Amino acid sequence: MKRLLRNVTLVSVLFFVLLGAQAVFAQDVLKMATTTSTDNTGLLDYLAPQIKTALGIELQWVSVGTGKALELGKNCDVDVLLVHAPAAEKKFVDDGYGVDRRQVMFNDFVIIGPKADPAGVKGQSIDEFFKTIEAKKAAFASRGDNSGTHKKEQELWKAAGFAAPDKEQWYIQTGQGMLGTITIAAEREAYTLTDRGTFIKYESNWKGNPPMVILVEGDKTLRNQYSVIPINPDKCKNVNYDLATKLALWFVGPEAQKLIGDFKLMDKQLFTPNAGE
Amino acid sequence: MDYIAQGFIHAIKLLLSGNPETYSAIITTLKVSTLSISMSLLIGIPLGFLLGYFSFPGKKQCRAVVDTLLAMPTVVVGLLVYGFVTRRGPLGEMGLLFSIAGIALAQTILVIPIVISLTATAIESLDRRLRVNLLTLGARGKQIAIASLLEARYAVLTAGVTAYGRAISEVGISMMIGGNIKWHTRTITTAIALETGKGQFAMGIALGLVLLAIAFTMNGIISALKRKTA
Repeated sequence: MKRLLRNVTLVSVLFFVLLGAQAVFAQDVLKMATTTSTDNTGLLDYLAPQIKTALGIELQWVSVGTGKALELGKNCDVDVLLVHAPAAEKKFVDDGYGVDRRQVMFNDFVIIGPKADPAGVKGQSIDEFFKTIEAKKAAFASRGDNSGTHKKEQELWKAAGFAAPDKEQWYIQTGQGMLGTITIAAEREAYTLTDRGTFIKYESNWKGNPPMVILVEGDKTLRNQYSVIPINPDKCKNVNYDLATKLALWFVGPEAQKLIGDFKLMDKQLFTPNAGE
Repeated sequence: MDYIAQGFIHAIKLLLSGNPETYSAIITTLKVSTLSISMSLLIGIPLGFLLGYFSFPGKKQCRAVVDTLLAMPTVVVGLLVYGFVTRRGPLGEMGLLFSIAGIALAQTILVIPIVISLTATAIESLDRRLRVNLLTLGARGKQIAIASLLEARYAVLTAGVTAYGRAISEVGISMMIGGNIKWHTRTITTAIALETGKGQFAMGIALGLVLLAIAFTMNGIISALKRKTA
């Protein structure tokens, strides 16, 4: 029995030594927290090999809502963020968690809904749209996950003069990523707010003939800005600030900006680079 | 219905064409579950033996705690382990978050109660005369223990298989601790969750079938082993 116990202890120790060794060898790996849109559209799959050749960095990313991405940053669990909630990002930097926020690219938000458009919102302005939804109690799917898109949606409700709904029957809070939410909206014949990039991905999944279509678009307030933020090394000693900065500078440099502009699905550009702005 | 048929064809295509993403997820799943199952057997079998073999004050309460832990939701284990392995947590220095080792650690915690509980039951249900028999044959402490474990080997093996099934099929821990990082910590189950979220149901079903195939193979090996030694 004693020997058995000793062996168990030995193996446990060995296990943890191995774990430690893994952490030591993981040097040129950069961990990034990002939003579901950059991942779901395939943009990062397209950029990662380029990052590897240009910088020798192996980029590993977790794609979560912007709210959780910021939280992972606060907890020092990642080295860099690529997110899209300007107001929350500014607060994040002001609170000292991140440094040198740089804007990388944008796309825009659009309202999509069932082809039949049961509430008749096609071509309305964004304010009119939310008023119509509220008045007709038309089904609306919300991310409900504190992501950048969810934050934007809440802003838009406010701008239209309402408190964001919560318990209303017609208001469906999915708690899932953007593509998941679009899928649910399609099943429930609901309207939803999405970034254009994810919607194009959805269209291409349906081979260009999806049950959901863009109904409201083009308003100035619908711009969706993405920025890159290295985590502050003063707050988090473990983060790889130098590599994170290298990556951030690459994102705003001419090579990445061109790559982002060239990234297309179904011949449509998904993101517009705007580091120079 | 369409999805299921499509998924079937897709699964076969993925496996035969050597799709690198699929194989990466399969290998990650096998790595993680092998690591976690070895750890939990190494720790769980001795503990289960102690719990089943000896009587001591508080044994019943111990048993109740272990049996309750059988119902521990994977997301709760994931959340607890996250609290420990985040950089702000007590084990933050080890860099376990978003790593295979981190998932394995959390899965070990998840399945240890299964191993302990089923091993204890196996030992308890041994014929009481076995011990007397062994004693008369001149066996002493450690020898009795090993002989009892050997006698209960099939039941213990079943404990291992059950634990393995729980480890490869869970998704909460792999998602929270692993982060579903492509080529690194994406397991079959997190890949299914992702593909479903993206509306790629056929791909999800294909991966599900792959997972079932792994479970089937494992069970095949175990029952072949049983037949050979029986």
